[in-house]
Amino acid sequence: MYMRDRIVAICALCTFACAALAEGEPGLGREMSAAEVATMDFVIMADGEGLPPGSGSAATGATVYQQHCVVCHGEEGKNGLHDSLAGGRDTIRGPMPNKTVGSYWPYATTLFDYIRRAMPYQNPGNLSNDELYALTAYVLYLNGIVGESDTIDAGSLPLAEMPNRDNFVWAIER
Amino acid sequence: MANRRLIPMPEAGNGLLGRRHFLQASLGGGMTLLTATATAGIREKWMSAPGAGMSETGNPSPHETQLKRTGVSSRPGTTGSGVSRTPLEYLDGIITPSRLHFERHHSGIPDIEPGLHKLTIYGLVDRPLSFSIEALERYSKVSRIQFLECSGNSGALIAPEPVPLTAGGIHGLVSASEWGGVPLSVLLDEAGVKPEGKWIVADGADSAMMSRSVPLDKVLDDAIVALYQNGEPLRPSNGYPMRLFLPGWEGNMSVKWLRTIKVTRGPAMTKDETSKYSDLRNDGIAELFTFPMDVKSVITSPSPGLTLGPKGLYQVSGIAWSGAGKIRRVDVSADGGQSWAEAALDRHVLPMCLTRFRTAWNWDGGSAVLMSRATDDAGSVQPSRDTVMARRAGNSFYHYNGIQAWSVSEQGHLSNVYA
Repeated sequence: MYMRDRIVAICALCTFACAALAEGEPGLGREMSAAEVATMDFVIMADGEGLPPGSGSAATGATVYQQHCVVCHGEEGKNGLHDSLAGGRDTIRGPMPNKTVGSYWPYATTLFDYIRRAMPYQNPGNLSNDELYALTAYVLYLNGIVGESDTIDAGSLPLAEMPNRDNFVWAIER
Repeated sequence: MANRRLIPMPEAGNGLLGRRHFLQASLGGGMTLLTATATAGIREKWMSAPGAGMSETGNPSPHETQLKRTGVSSRPGTTGSGVSRTPLEYLDGIITPSRLHFERHHSGIPDIEPGLHKLTIYGLVDRPLSFSIEALERYSKVSRIQFLECSGNSGALIAPEPVPLTAGGIHGLVSASEWGGVPLSVLLDEAGVKPEGKWIVADGADSAMMSRSVPLDKVLDDAIVALYQNGEPLRPSNGYPMRLFLPGWEGNMSVKWLRTIKVTRGPAMTKDETSKYSDLRNDGIAELFTFPMDVKSVITSPSPGLTLGPKGLYQVSGIAWSGAGKIRRVDVSADGGQSWAEAALDRHVLPMCLTRFRTAWNWDGGSAVLMSRATDDAGSVQPSRDTVMARRAGNSFYHYNGIQAWSVSEQGHLSNVYA
């Protein structure tokens, strides 16, 4: 890793050198304030960086799920028109793996991030942070990953132990 | 001069004449599929009066009714969450007409007002920056002819039994275009990437805000913010007004309708890069970040849906490509892989682009199995289906690049087979 860091450091120097070479470019990027950037930043990292304030539990998430999700994803996250959210444990090594949040997904933060970006499908962007945490908690609860009354927030979500986490490897050097 | 000549000895079994004879035929002009018929004194009806006038936009001949994207589908209850495929079997050359470029959308095509759309670069940078399209147009642009392939392309071939589909139906999630735009490295330099920045996370402006993480090394190497496709501004179905374009890497990463780029320490582990575009092996281990598309080829003519006529000489033609670089050679077999002959490559052999190959085949009217096998300039050889299937889980369909076999019946019908 030491060598790699050295190489990266050299590359970083090259980047600055290139900046000098790119002087023929017009430099038209408009500098943004931190407040402006915050309005555009939807990225949530696997370690929880970027998670917003708020909290929720599966108990309240069940209600949100019935209102916004059950039509597509089925009762308790199973047998819906669209992706199964729960079940499938112990199928991943079998002939027909059932990749659900509980059986496959390596990071719990991904669930919050994806719901916030894309769900509900017909009407994304309309759930509050508390509702997003509650829904996330509910789907984790359906998979036996958290308890029904456990409160999920920016601190606890990254710590949720995803059952299949250790079965992922990187195809590139870390 | 009579259009008959001796048919040369085959280079491989079942009448495959191979590259050398194809080139000779091309130069001599004798072994062409077109027959020159004397027409002196005859005027067809369209030659008897002036034709149609000019128009602001062109359309294909109304006789070419088959020139449509195929397999257009969306998930139940949606109109914009699915795919459409390039009809490879009706195209020649290496450029895919923009209107036939494949689509894979996750929540439809957004109707973006270009004056309101900006590219934001932020995260581990010295100066977060916002770029309008007007601003980007003033930067030095580059253009390259390169393929884009969905990682799920050819995934139908994991089915236990061969599915009765066309070349486009199976492999039509690959297309090639001239992509033009601004190197992302230039914009990142302007923002000033901090030393701890190692990845970017790119977000799209579709209603699913599709997002992928990309290693910074790749971004600095050859990523562009594409504004143009085949000489015109991107079409809405290809990311208008701007998209990320990552040559040779799985299509999902070339985020359409590009809205933000955040420089980060590592990957965000988004839904698509973890739960979807990861490659599950049959030992239960899933591989993350299998980015480059592997060497692949497919015979597009003849192929299912294109029925052979009388026995005799045919051109066998197809496309080959590799995310690792250029195509070095393509071999073709007419006897199910028992023997092979090298095909001719068209003049344009470009890195990370479709390459057109051609060979001549003297069909004797009997049954045959046509196959193509590409080799790229990294030395990787397209593997057999058995090899590709050996390690993967039962329903793991991404990054399938096994050799495609088309069977030919005595009636001249072609079909997808495992051979």
